[in-house]
Amino acid sequence: MASLERETETALARELLAGNVEVFDRFVESFRTRLFQYSYLMCSHREDAEEVAQDTLLQVFENFGQLREPERVRPWIFRIAKNACLMKRRKSVFAPTQELSLDELMPAVRQEDGPRKIEIADWSALPDDQLLRSELKDVLAEAIRQLPEIYRTVILLRDIEELSTEETAQILDISTDTVKTRLHRARLAVRQKLDTYLRAGAEVR
Amino acid sequence: MPHEAGHFRSCLEIFAELSSYLDAELPPEACREIDAHLAGCGPCIEFVNSLRKTVEICRKYEPGGLPEPLSQRAREQLLEAYRRMLAARNDTPPAAPAT
Repeated sequence: MASLERETETALARELLAGNVEVFDRFVESFRTRLFQYSYLMCSHREDAEEVAQDTLLQVFENFGQLREPERVRPWIFRIAKNACLMKRRKSVFAPTQELSLDELMPAVRQEDGPRKIEIADWSALPDDQLLRSELKDVLAEAIRQLPEIYRTVILLRDIEELSTEETAQILDISTDTVKTRLHRARLAVRQKLDTYLRAGAEVR
Repeated sequence: MPHEAGHFRSCLEIFAELSSYLDAELPPEACREIDAHLAGCGPCIEFVNSLRKTVEICRKYEPGGLPEPLSQRAREQLLEAYRRMLAARNDTPPAAPAT
């Protein structure tokens, strides 16, 4: 799915580089929603996200001639978006970086008379169609928004935008090992929030 | 996480590597060690499955709210930037041949 989308993006980027203005609107639409989504989860404000999406696209077109590898158009654009989000953040309240500790993200373990068990929701009861439920989407979005920024940007690029570890590292100017560490902690923190939500739902039922 | 005797690596040791395991970014040997651990550790299997599902949910995420439709003015602004870029590129003289 993601690879097909990337092939389409690459084809559109090649056409734009060749000066084919007919694909302009398709290119804008294919990236504008993604950029808005990324920025909305990064900045938390709808108006800021709209501005970041537009500012990013403006810079993209101004500098399009510098895109050397059309197959890397998605990471190239998200690097610009990352910087646009940073500029926006500087205008708002500065939030200090907070580290997520692995210890706090581990599930609790209990052992009474039987085998050891972890305290965990019944994730197998989560059917695929429930993934699209708006309530779950809201819980996921809120869990991502609550992550410290350094973790939030990594999980957005890796798991939502489906960029590779190497591409994410280049966008953020960090090592691939740091991407892996931050991604793991971000996933664990989101998993923990979803688990709490699923367990609360089970209690209600 | 519980550590059950007899496993090559403890639950605690594999906990830090589970995302890399799911992403197939571990060396084959480390991957085999985690496979061996999971084969005999029910709690870790449950935990890995919940982490895998978390990643799947993220990948299926679609924005709850879409951006406002692109205004004519904003579209013109972008199109103008694209046309300027094309014009500037076409105006650039070709590089001098190497001597």
